[in-house]
Amino acid sequence: MKEIILAKVGEIALKGLNRKNFEDMLLKNIRKKLHPLGRFEAVSSQSTIRITPLDDYIDMDDAALALSRVFGIVTFSRACVTEKDIDKIKAAAKEYLSDIFSENVSFKVESKRSDKKFPYGSPEISKIVGGFLADEFPNITVDVHNPDVTVTVEVRDYAAYVHASVEEGAGGLPVGSGGKAAILISGGIDSPVAAYMMAKRGLALTAIHFASPPYTSERAEEKVASLLELVSEYAGRIDMYTVPFTRIQTEIQKNCPEELFTIIMRRLMMRISNIIAQNTGCQALITGESLGQVASQTLGALACTDEAAEMPVFRPLIGMDKKEIIAISHRINTFETSCLPYEDCCTVFTPKHPKTKPKTDLVRSAENCVDWTDMINEAVENAKITKIGCDNC
Amino acid sequence: MEIYLDNSATTQICKEAADKITYIVNNIYGNPSSLHKKGLEAEHEIESARKALAKALGTLDSELYFTSGGTEANNTAVFGAAYAKKRQGSKIVTTAVEHSSVLESCKELENQGFEVVYLKPDINGHITAAQIENAVDRNTILVTVMAVNNETGAIFPVDKIKKIIERKKSPALFHCDAVQAFAKIPVKPHKIDADLLTVSSHKIHGPKGCGALFVKKGVYIKPLLYGGEQQKKIRPGTEALPLIGGFGEAIKQIQPYSDSIKYITELRDYTVKKLSAIDGITINSPCDALPYIINISAIGIKSETMLHALADKQIYISSGSACSKGKQSHVLQAMGLSRERTDSALRISFSKYNTTQEIDALAQAIKEGLNSLVRAK
Repeated sequence: MKEIILAKVGEIALKGLNRKNFEDMLLKNIRKKLHPLGRFEAVSSQSTIRITPLDDYIDMDDAALALSRVFGIVTFSRACVTEKDIDKIKAAAKEYLSDIFSENVSFKVESKRSDKKFPYGSPEISKIVGGFLADEFPNITVDVHNPDVTVTVEVRDYAAYVHASVEEGAGGLPVGSGGKAAILISGGIDSPVAAYMMAKRGLALTAIHFASPPYTSERAEEKVASLLELVSEYAGRIDMYTVPFTRIQTEIQKNCPEELFTIIMRRLMMRISNIIAQNTGCQALITGESLGQVASQTLGALACTDEAAEMPVFRPLIGMDKKEIIAISHRINTFETSCLPYEDCCTVFTPKHPKTKPKTDLVRSAENCVDWTDMINEAVENAKITKIGCDNC
Repeated sequence: MEIYLDNSATTQICKEAADKITYIVNNIYGNPSSLHKKGLEAEHEIESARKALAKALGTLDSELYFTSGGTEANNTAVFGAAYAKKRQGSKIVTTAVEHSSVLESCKELENQGFEVVYLKPDINGHITAAQIENAVDRNTILVTVMAVNNETGAIFPVDKIKKIIERKKSPALFHCDAVQAFAKIPVKPHKIDADLLTVSSHKIHGPKGCGALFVKKGVYIKPLLYGGEQQKKIRPGTEALPLIGGFGEAIKQIQPYSDSIKYITELRDYTVKKLSAIDGITINSPCDALPYIINISAIGIKSETMLHALADKQIYISSGSACSKGKQSHVLQAMGLSRERTDSALRISFSKYNTTQEIDALAQAIKEGLNSLVRAK
């Protein structure tokens, strides 16, 4: 029995004249995502995307899981395909639903007939198929108000489809449809979640990670790579820039007042990120900061950091509690990796009493006691690029 | 020419796995937990194997724990689940035909005061969902059922078990011993909704001494071993790097199911046809069994006698499970087969390396055995 997936696009359908751009992007992303599982055909019509497997060996459970991670799909259903003939539809429904209907469940049938040439109207189809199923499976009962299972029969242009369950999609907008931004990622719990959230709103991602060997280890870098690997399940390909940061951190430590170590470090990270972001076609920076979480995330500190950024800084977690952030990290499976115990560059040289209300002009003058230009350029030039998520595209 | 038809006991190691082991033994000597480069290299080998297994089983990397084999994984699952859940109940539901590493663990738990229900198969070797449904109740803390029986190849309804547990409002964890099913039919733990699932390396052309336990994200079991921080303390101890590397390589060689099962089914059908034509042979495996295993009886000839007669011709099969060393099969007994059938039972189990010519030689040898060997009284 041939099984396909019908995906509903939601928000994209409201995009007016730009709708086609969004749809094309979504189709491209779906094809990329499914490519490792075998050959598929994905076509869009009537705000539904029909995804048909072309190889016999394709595991549709895997395909459903993969699709549940494609942004732009609001809900999807696995369905069986049959000819547009009422007897064929009945037979297909019986075979396809035999598993669910082996249990004692209540059900109803809903029909959608977009092919108006089909000889039965929607209510009639529901009645015929529903009556037939009730006769065939003695342990199921009809309940039109509160059914356990809603069977849907769709009669469309080229075929009829029967499906019984609607699964939640990832929601959001297709990755890439909103442009590209650079995520500053340390390896903690927050930044992968921030990356996921902005990808959900249609941004493609570049990642920037600061490494300070020997204060930080290769393992910390790998941890970030595996976090990005998990994020790329949703966000597609990500280029990870690992920026050597030891020299700058050592110079900060030598030349700047201790209470401003972190804030100056954050500003220099922004300056490096500006350049990498511009070089890679990004129009914004993303961080995992949440207001008041630590000293560098107070309003004063954020304002001071932003002053060094030359483009918008998105902070999707700004109004979230740790608990809410952790809940998302569990859902996208990054939590456990985030909790691996390696030093990252933010925990190297932390001041005992960081300034929580830094004055921007004071910070700027403390920062200006060193000319950072060459060091920044050197860091950018020596950044190492790792390609992430190539298995997923 | 050697003919090896005992692939459910163990398999010949594949070249890729053997090469990987040699490479690791000679080059990668670091401790995977060391923070330096040698440690990192070693950790890469483990993570690469874990990734391969995660891909094959459709799980997260973090849900997999490498063990010293199927026996340890089964012990960890059974004891670990029972101890973790003992405040919620005391009953364990299993079958009478599990592998001895599950059965003996259950017997030990019985000694410790747990109640164990051993479901009996019918004469064809089947266990039904209804039997499990009748046994599971609110006091049940563990249901452990194998995906495929190792002696008959009978396939058990493991995809129905989680639903039964939920319907009965039971706190039970569901463990599935998938040693004989792994790489042969798709048993993905998330698909059958298992909390715990066991696989083994040497049944899939990997090295002996390595296996893995799947523990679903969010499920807690008590470890058997205590030690370092390795594998999140569920299975501490420095990882058996060469074996895990070899296991990983063997996993990477798994062929798509649709191809492999087609070949093996043809081979099995050919074998059934050939053997059924011989007077005195009965087939004990159900006809819907996993095609990798056929259990037969050569009525009148003791299993071991036939085994040795075939071995003289360099044809290797087994009398039952290799783990019980020639004792009467508890599986066939539980199915209620007659004494003359259990006494003369033989298990033939295939791998992708077997051919129809080998089956011809086997049939010929069994036929000669039946004609020439002295019949048991």
